Amino acid sequence: MTNLTLEDIIKPENLVHERTKLMTDKTLSYCPGCGHGTAHHIIMEVIEELDMQEQTIGVAPVGCSVLAYDFMNIDMQQAAHGRAPAVATGIKRVYPNKIVFTYQGDGDLAAIGTAETIHACNRGENIVIVFVNNGIYGMTGGQMAPTTLPGMKSSTSPYGRDVHDMGNPLKMTELVAQLPGTYFVTRQAVHTPSAVRKAKRSIRKAFENQRDGNHGISFVEIVSNCNSGWKMTPTDSNVWMVENMLPFYPLGDIKVDGKLL
Amino acid sequence: MTEELIIAGFGGQGVLSMGKILAYSGIMQEQEVSWMPSYGPEMRGGTANVIVIVSDERISSPILTIFDTAIILNQQSMDKFEKSVRPGGVLIYDPNGITRHPERTDINIYQVEGARLASEMGNAKIFNMVILGAYLKVKPIVKLDNVIKGLMKSLPVRYHKLIPLNEDAITMGMKNVVDKNIVN
Amino acid sequence: MGELKLMKGNEALAEAAIRAGADAYFGYPITPQSEVIEYLMAEKPHERTGMVVLQAESEVAAINMVYGAAGAGKRVMTSSSSPGISLKQEGLSYMAGAELPCVYANVVRGGPGLGTIQPSQADYFQSTKGGGHGDYRQIVLAPASVQEMSDFVKLGFDLAFKYRTPVLILSDGVIGQMMEKVELFDQMPRLKDEEIAENFEWATTGRKKGTERTIITSLALQAHEMEAHNLHLQAKYKTISENEVRFETFDCEDAEYIIVAYGSSARIAQKTVQIARKKGIKVGLFRLISLYPFPSADLQKLCKQGVKGFLAVEMSAGQMVEDVMLAVKGCAKVEHFGRFGGIIHTPEEVLKALEQKIIGG
Repeated sequence: MTNLTLEDIIKPENLVHERTKLMTDKTLSYCPGCGHGTAHHIIMEVIEELDMQEQTIGVAPVGCSVLAYDFMNIDMQQAAHGRAPAVATGIKRVYPNKIVFTYQGDGDLAAIGTAETIHACNRGENIVIVFVNNGIYGMTGGQMAPTTLPGMKSSTSPYGRDVHDMGNPLKMTELVAQLPGTYFVTRQAVHTPSAVRKAKRSIRKAFENQRDGNHGISFVEIVSNCNSGWKMTPTDSNVWMVENMLPFYPLGDIKVDGKLL
Repeated sequence: MTEELIIAGFGGQGVLSMGKILAYSGIMQEQEVSWMPSYGPEMRGGTANVIVIVSDERISSPILTIFDTAIILNQQSMDKFEKSVRPGGVLIYDPNGITRHPERTDINIYQVEGARLASEMGNAKIFNMVILGAYLKVKPIVKLDNVIKGLMKSLPVRYHKLIPLNEDAITMGMKNVVDKNIVN
Repeated sequence: MGELKLMKGNEALAEAAIRAGADAYFGYPITPQSEVIEYLMAEKPHERTGMVVLQAESEVAAINMVYGAAGAGKRVMTSSSSPGISLKQEGLSYMAGAELPCVYANVVRGGPGLGTIQPSQADYFQSTKGGGHGDYRQIVLAPASVQEMSDFVKLGFDLAFKYRTPVLILSDGVIGQMMEKVELFDQMPRLKDEEIAENFEWATTGRKKGTERTIITSLALQAHEMEAHNLHLQAKYKTISENEVRFETFDCEDAEYIIVAYGSSARIAQKTVQIARKKGIKVGLFRLISLYPFPSADLQKLCKQGVKGFLAVEMSAGQMVEDVMLAVKGCAKVEHFGRFGGIIHTPEEVLKALEQKIIGG
């Protein structure tokens, strides 16, 4: 393999990955090292590859990704905290032929929006839910989330999460997989190139499910880091995630084509 | 013409549907009508009452405390509404289950044995139509053929075969209403 | 002449939603308005017009379903009663902020808290002064008959889309539960998806290639942007208050005293006026139809004509009376009368209050 110079690298014929046109030119507001940007990119790549942009309406949550609509260059609605699955239900019910997805964090989906999540899943709305779980409230400054690990420190569990006092972390993905309304439930991550490829395949499958039939919910959790909230460098946070988050939130498909694995 | 009426009794006696048929009859002869039920916990098995107004003019308040006529079908309602009939007004009641009969001397009082007549006709459910017949005999505010039209409008089609029976019940009520106290 | 029916107010509201070409209704049962969703479910509007009806898991979810569908340009409706309307305030504030149209009805019951299921008008402040957080207003229409429960759905959708705002039909247990003769308006067509995409450029219907995307949001992180958006909203509310005032008067021409009321209280007060006129008391009724915008100028005009006193009659401890006072600006006496907590005042009680508080007082 020859060593490429900078001039060589930027030549069009040496392009290995083209940035999707469905991301705007706006600089991402996420902290450097955060997984949200990658998650945004792969969703937009999938919509572009499936040529779905003219049919797609996305729903942004409250949390770090409240401004997802600034970056995803498609029609978007911004929902009240936790209500994205209800908003998406409203859109999908009046436009059954359009493609509707929500993009939600752990506080949004698994705390304040638990009812909306469970019931949208239980009704089997034919939508995609992308759930980014980093075990912490990033935007408001690192408070405890419903998915914060036992013993994990946050600004509202400064001595570590005491499960007897503060409750246990909620495995929403396993929970919704039990409901008959979910069709595809999987947990992925975006911390390595191979994880990104797998996550993208799952996202693609989720959107294809919605396009190809009235199957119910396709639910994709992405376990992510929050280097700022966890108070680590990006690299350290990814190592910490692999060592601590992934044993508790194991990666892989949980339900495929309506069948629990 | 304006008739302000309260029908009061137990839930299940057909109080609300009797009022509804009367209101529909009013519509059939191009009058203004309102039907205001008591609603709430008492609906479920307890007392039920409905205020019906039939008028040639636009109706103001659908809720009243003084009535031209009170149709009273149980003791609780007697206790509550005997005093609500305007002087010179009408009180019609079924003596079945009544332990304290109406005592006022300034109103017209009529009795009809609706429960007995309905059971003699073999169908307790037409009780309210017997009562309606008694009322229409005393106060012919709507024509009988408009009542039949009202019945057809308010009953689901599958019950239309019961309309002749209802008509008989109305006639039965008309024939069997008895004066107890007449002031005018 | 349209079809004549004997209907409950709640049923007329539901039937009107279908006939007004609504695309969807999202709701949650609560007494005394459960007949709305029951009627819609029984009517199978999906077969009649293609309208969607869904029982949500909560009032919160229902209003957010309304938000989503309205944000995509559809004609959407919800309804509830007081405790449920409190739950919807979050969504309504977001809809006001994002400028989304919808029609919703509150069949008011007595409060506060779980309160009672009997009629009340104690949600006036919540309805006319904002309800949710932030500086916003909404158009509030107060039906006083079953006929208006039907007519105001159609009017409500017209206004909601004209101004891109939630429109509230503020009813109560009396109007919702009573039956009256109603003349139903003819079925209106639902808009086709292409018509929505063409007519409502603000709606999220999918970004066509080569065009700008559409965003529905109430968020502006920069304060100066939020102030500009608020100024835009205030300008809109000013236009609404200049153009959408609605009221009705009875016997006001020679009146020395005026009863101001809305909804079922206006019906009761109309009876009071009839009784009082027989006694020779020169009293008229000013019935508010739009509670926001409030007909301040028209009340002020009556005051200048020499009305000696105004009695605000409402089934509350005194809410609308504050707006009457603001309108009259001290030019005549203003007093309040009303039973509340689920008790309905009688025409005779209103007359007594008029005699004691206004005429004799």
